[in-house]
Amino acid sequence: MRIVETDVVVIGGGGAGLRAAIAVAMRDPSLRVALVSKVVPMRSHTVAAEGGAAGVIRADDTLDNHFNDTVSGGDWLCDQDVVDYFVAHCAEEMIQLEHWGCPWSRHEDGSINVRFFGGMKVQRTWFAADRSGFHLLHTLFQTSHKYPSIARHDEHFCVDLMVEDGRVVGALTIEIATGELVVFLCRAAVLATGGAGRVFRQNTNAGIVTGEGMGLAYRHGAALRDMEFVQWHPTCLPGTGILMTEACRGEGAILTNKDGYRYLQDYGLGPLDPWPRAKAMELGPRDRLSQAFWHEDKKGRTIQTPQGSAVNLDLRHMGAEKILARLPLITHAARTFAGVDPVEQPIPVRPAVHYTMGGVAADGRCATDIAGLFAAGECSSVGIHGANRLGSNSLAETVVFGKVAGESAAAFAQDAGATGARAKDMAREAADKALALLTARKGERVAVLRGEMMDAMEEGVGLYRTQESVDGACRKIGELRARYRAGVKLDDANRAFNTEWLSAIELGMMLEVAEAMAHSAAWRKESRGAHQRLDATQRDDASFLVHTLARRQGEGAPAISSSPVTITRSQPRSRVYGGEGKQAELT
Amino acid sequence: MNERRIKIEGLRYNPEKDTQPRFQTYEVPFTDDMSLLQGLQYIKDNLDGSFTFRWSCRMAICGSCGIMVNGNPRLSCETFLRDLLPGPVRVEPLENFPIQRDLAIDQSRFVDRLASVKPYIVPAREKPLAEGPHKQTPGELAAYYQYSQCINCLLCYAACPQVGLNPNFVGPAALTLLHRYNADSRDVGWSARAEVANSEGGVWGCTLVGYCSQVCPKGVDPAHAVNQNKATSALDYFGLRALLGGGR
Repeated sequence: MRIVETDVVVIGGGGAGLRAAIAVAMRDPSLRVALVSKVVPMRSHTVAAEGGAAGVIRADDTLDNHFNDTVSGGDWLCDQDVVDYFVAHCAEEMIQLEHWGCPWSRHEDGSINVRFFGGMKVQRTWFAADRSGFHLLHTLFQTSHKYPSIARHDEHFCVDLMVEDGRVVGALTIEIATGELVVFLCRAAVLATGGAGRVFRQNTNAGIVTGEGMGLAYRHGAALRDMEFVQWHPTCLPGTGILMTEACRGEGAILTNKDGYRYLQDYGLGPLDPWPRAKAMELGPRDRLSQAFWHEDKKGRTIQTPQGSAVNLDLRHMGAEKILARLPLITHAARTFAGVDPVEQPIPVRPAVHYTMGGVAADGRCATDIAGLFAAGECSSVGIHGANRLGSNSLAETVVFGKVAGESAAAFAQDAGATGARAKDMAREAADKALALLTARKGERVAVLRGEMMDAMEEGVGLYRTQESVDGACRKIGELRARYRAGVKLDDANRAFNTEWLSAIELGMMLEVAEAMAHSAAWRKESRGAHQRLDATQRDDASFLVHTLARRQGEGAPAISSSPVTITRSQPRSRVYGGEGKQAELT
Repeated sequence: MNERRIKIEGLRYNPEKDTQPRFQTYEVPFTDDMSLLQGLQYIKDNLDGSFTFRWSCRMAICGSCGIMVNGNPRLSCETFLRDLLPGPVRVEPLENFPIQRDLAIDQSRFVDRLASVKPYIVPAREKPLAEGPHKQTPGELAAYYQYSQCINCLLCYAACPQVGLNPNFVGPAALTLLHRYNADSRDVGWSARAEVANSEGGVWGCTLVGYCSQVCPKGVDPAHAVNQNKATSALDYFGLRALLGGGR
């Protein structure tokens, strides 16, 4: 086992992790930063974000608008003090990215252009064509080379955290190329490992989005918060789940059923005209659009494809020039993966799992239940997304809270005492556990257990849930955890670049994260945002205007409790989209 | 869809056991909508968990899954089995890189090259955030935009004969990135990058074969970027570029 001594270890090299590492380096260049990622950072899933990032910049927009869109979009489950901080710092981070070279799309006069996303009162999405996440990630990755205090450890897979007396003191990793175990001893750590969408079968997520960062913190006593809130993105390719960005609709695309009818007008998002109109029809929020698909499908008004039912995402009226200029990636992806040219034909789409609103519970400074451990980005729950994330808020979150997490970790590391005495012993113990997986002689295949987990989540914790369905998922995931403990048998017993070994470790943590989702969904007996119950169809503020907390109980089911939501200036009211309004101009 | 089968011959190499690579053949059921990547995943999940390759996004943007397919560098996620009939399909690690295991190459030399070109904005002065964004007209954006589209998938390194012949050659993608920042209206870092551009491994290492641009899955055209820098490198040689104000 190799030992690397550092001051701050950042786990995850996507948007949040890179921004955190840069924040530490800018704040105090004498602090050593170890940036640890299971991929080379420019492969991180931030790369796949398409549409853009929110930040108030237009003269006719206000921070209050962004606040209100976010809080109502989240069905009042957002912590409003944290949302206030967030909206006040988004534009500043977009400008910082611009100074670092991000090629944001522009007006003719060279100023920044912004576009509509769903649930937005005024256009505020900064975009770089439809490769916004790609450019944000590469800009941050390339800029990180400016800072000599950042030491990158690419393709190191984090296996466990070392927590001593309630404080994080290290992270154990596997150097993937060699299989060597490497422990990073640290004064503070930032968790920026992304979401957990891969616990479901149909999802927009990259293969690396397996939620083990959440699992790492959860195993050491941190609470996972609001895990029942999983976002289905309404426009994804059937089968693969490949994302067709919301920016399609932000640029004017429409959704039609098998009869060519714009069905959203039947689900509280109409009337049709005047079109386009902010927060109406196709510019409604993701949860409402995905739910409308589900009902339309039940009515038999969807299109049947070999990969399941679908509706049409129609861009044709936008014209070839605009489609190719604003949505080049979508055009390429639709042609390649769906065999459809969006200039000529509508794209068949359906909802797929896209984003985990919940995550490691953290406060507005990204501090978790574990001292010295800060969390940012999709793995965290700092409280801005509530029950349904607004499109464009996640890329913005990675940089706003990536910076906060980095600064908090730097401050903690500056004040913290020496690293714990037992860290190396704890790392050895964790290493032995990981190595034992290589020598198991009997057990089931990783792919078998993983497949059953995905099916159980799709079936029991899907777009619409009942007590019976979520209880079934809880039982099934509990059973899968027991089978995992009984043994996983690998074909590959080698150390060097053993990705089967890594996926077995991932699976152990995915099962626990999935279990937290299922039990949180079982606890919340109401419908709010992305959590919809067929047996409790109304929002119930008297009982459930609270965050859900899941805490690990060893091999048993998690303990579920609740914590208050911070409400400062926006009292819950009914969430209204559609309705009358004036016609908006697309930018 | 009717299920058909295709043979995939994968290069196998385990650094802990093998002295040299060998091939192993797998038979994979497939449907018309299946990518080669999905075929490789089928092998991993169902036939042989030790078969090793990189992948992540499945939609041609993360740059992880480049391999040689029947001798040509391709992204396996956007290569379809239906287009490789009747098979067998030979899959190998990208050319010109050391093998870590099976189809996984050692990317570390590329990552070092990328760092060597100072891939970040070097501003004329530190602009405070309070001043807001720079103005950049669509024309100024167009000067570098295409070169900012590189996903670092390394297909161009596998295609480039010079990468194989000259171990010091910085290579197409990293030199394209160098040009991307030199061509950005917000940047004045060209002189800091000149040493790399003008070195033996810099732009003059390119012999204008142009295969890099043919295999690029994103239309970046690295050959054009590299050769634009030959002109500026020549000006540097004669000391003329500084006189011309940075030569953008």
